Amino acid sequence: MGIPVSMTVNGKAVAAEIEPRTLLAQFLREHLRLTGTHVGCDTGQCGACTIHLNGRAVKACNLLTAQAQGAQIVTIEGVAAANGELHPMQAAFRQHHGLQCGFCTPGMVMAALDLVKRQPNPTEDAIRAGLDGNLCRCTGYHNIVKAVQTGAAAMKG
Amino acid sequence: MYAFEYHRPSSIKEAASLARKLADAKLIAGGQSMVPALKLRLARPTAMIDLNDLPELRGISVVGTNVVIGALTRHAEVAASKDVLMTLPVLAKVAAGIGDHQVRNMGTLGGAIANNDPAADYPAALLGLGATVTTNKRDIPADKFFTGMYETALKPGEIIASVSFPMAKRAAYIKFRNPASRFALVGVFVSETAGNVRVAVTGAAPCVFRVKNMEKALASKFAPEAIARIRVPADNLNSDLHAGAEYRSHLITVLAQRAVEAALSGK
Ligand SMILES: Cc1cc2nc3c(=O)[nH]c(=O)nc-3n(C[C@H](O)[C@H](O)[C@H](O)COP(=O)(O)OP(=O)(O)OC[C@H]3O[C@@H](n4cnc5c(N)ncnc54)[C@H](O)[C@@H]3O)c2cc1C
Ligand code: FES
Ligand code: FES
Repeated sequence: MGIPVSMTVNGKAVAAEIEPRTLLAQFLREHLRLTGTHVGCDTGQCGACTIHLNGRAVKACNLLTAQAQGAQIVTIEGVAAANGELHPMQAAFRQHHGLQCGFCTPGMVMAALDLVKRQPNPTEDAIRAGLDGNLCRCTGYHNIVKAVQTGAAAMKG
Repeated sequence: MYAFEYHRPSSIKEAASLARKLADAKLIAGGQSMVPALKLRLARPTAMIDLNDLPELRGISVVGTNVVIGALTRHAEVAASKDVLMTLPVLAKVAAGIGDHQVRNMGTLGGAIANNDPAADYPAALLGLGATVTTNKRDIPADKFFTGMYETALKPGEIIASVSFPMAKRAAYIKFRNPASRFALVGVFVSETAGNVRVAVTGAAPCVFRVKNMEKALASKFAPEAIARIRVPADNLNSDLHAGAEYRSHLITVLAQRAVEAALSGK
C-alpha cells in the first residue's frame, strides 16, 4: 500500500506516493533521478549517501523516505550555483585533487559543508574527526583535508 | 527488507494506542538502529510507528539537581547543549562520541537505550549515573531498565518519554573505540553523586553492568590505585573477532582507572 510523502528537495517541492519501506537514498536516486547521492555500503558506514535534512548532514541510506516527510532536503545537485558555477567547497576539492574515482566525493562535500557551518575555522584534527562518517578508498584523505580547509576559508571570503 | 504499514501519530497517546492495536508494530525514532535491522531482516514488523512528529518528546531541561532529556533528542543536540555542558558535561561527551556526525544528527537517546546494544554508550551513562527512565506509563530506574542483550524492561508498545540524569560531583566516561564500527570495544563510566560511587561497563558483556567491588573500593578512596588490582573475571565477558574475553577484562581495569583519573581532573 502506497503512502503519500512531500518534501522540498533542492528548493523544489516534490510529492509522491511511495511504498513505506522506500529508503530516502532510493527515493532520491530512483524516483527523483538525483543520482549524485551515492550508495556505497548501504549499511550506514561509508557516508557516500550523505545529504542535508533540515540543514543537518545525515545518511540517506539509513532513513526511510517517510521519516523525511515535510523536510527540507539538499543533495549534491543542489550545491552548485544555478549557472553551474561550482560551490567554493566543490571548487576546493577540484583544486586540491581531493578525489580520485570520485565515488565518495558527493558525501564528502555534503559532510564538509555541515562541518564548516558548525566550525567555520576547522583545524586539521577537527576536519579528520568531523569526516569520521565518510570513507574514501582512494585518496588517503590528505587532499580531502586540504580541500576542506581551503573550502572553509573561501566560504568566509 | 519486508513491506510494512507506516503510521505517523501526532500525540503520545495516539502512538500508544496504535502500538496497542497493531500486532507486531515497531516504533521508529532516528532509525539508525532500526533501518539496519530492517535491512538485515532482524526486525520484521508489520507496521512502523514513527515518533518524529512528537515534539513533546524533545528537549533538554534542568530540573533541580537533574538534567532531563526527552527521548527524541538527537545525540548531536545533547553533545552541543549549553545546559548539558554546564551541568553534566560528561553526558555531552558521551553523546559526542557516539558513531559519527551523521549518525548523531539522527540517532536519539530513547532509541539508543530502547535498543540496548551491548556496545552502546548511553546505557553506560544511565547506569553509571543512576538515571531514571520515564515512559508513558511509569518511572524505571536504570538499575532495572537494562535486562539483557538488546533487552530492556519496556513492555511491548511502551514509549520512553524522557530520561532524568542526576548531576554528578564528578564523572567521566572512557571509551575504547572499535575503529570500524565506532561502538565501544569496552567503555567504562565512573561517577560520584552525593556520596554514591558508580562504575558501569559497556561493550564487554552481553549487557551493560556495574562493578560493585570497584564501587566499594572507590567509595573509601576515590583514586585510580584503589582499583588497580580489581579485575572483572573473563568468564562471562564477550569474546569475538575484535577482542578476546581476557583482553576485555584487562581493558576494564585500565579504562576504569583512566576514568577515575579523568573524573578527578575534571576533563
Ligand atoms: C554507523 C553507525 C555507528 C554507530 N555508532 C554507535 C556508537 O558508537 N555508540 C552507540 O551507542 N551507538 C552507535 N550507533 C547507534 C546509534 O546510536 C543509534 O542512533 C541508536 O542506537 C538508536 O537510536 P535511534 O533514534 O536511531 O533509534 P531507532 O533506530 O529508530 O530505534 C531503535 C530501537 O528503539 C526503539 N525506540 C526508539 N524510540 C523509542 C522510544 N521513545 N520509546 C521506546 N522505544 C523506542 C525502536 O522501536 C527500536 O527498537 C551507531 C549507528 C550507526 C548506523
Ligand atoms: S551508502 Fe549510506 S552510509 Fe554507505
Ligand atoms: S575518491 Fe574514490 S572513494 Fe574517495
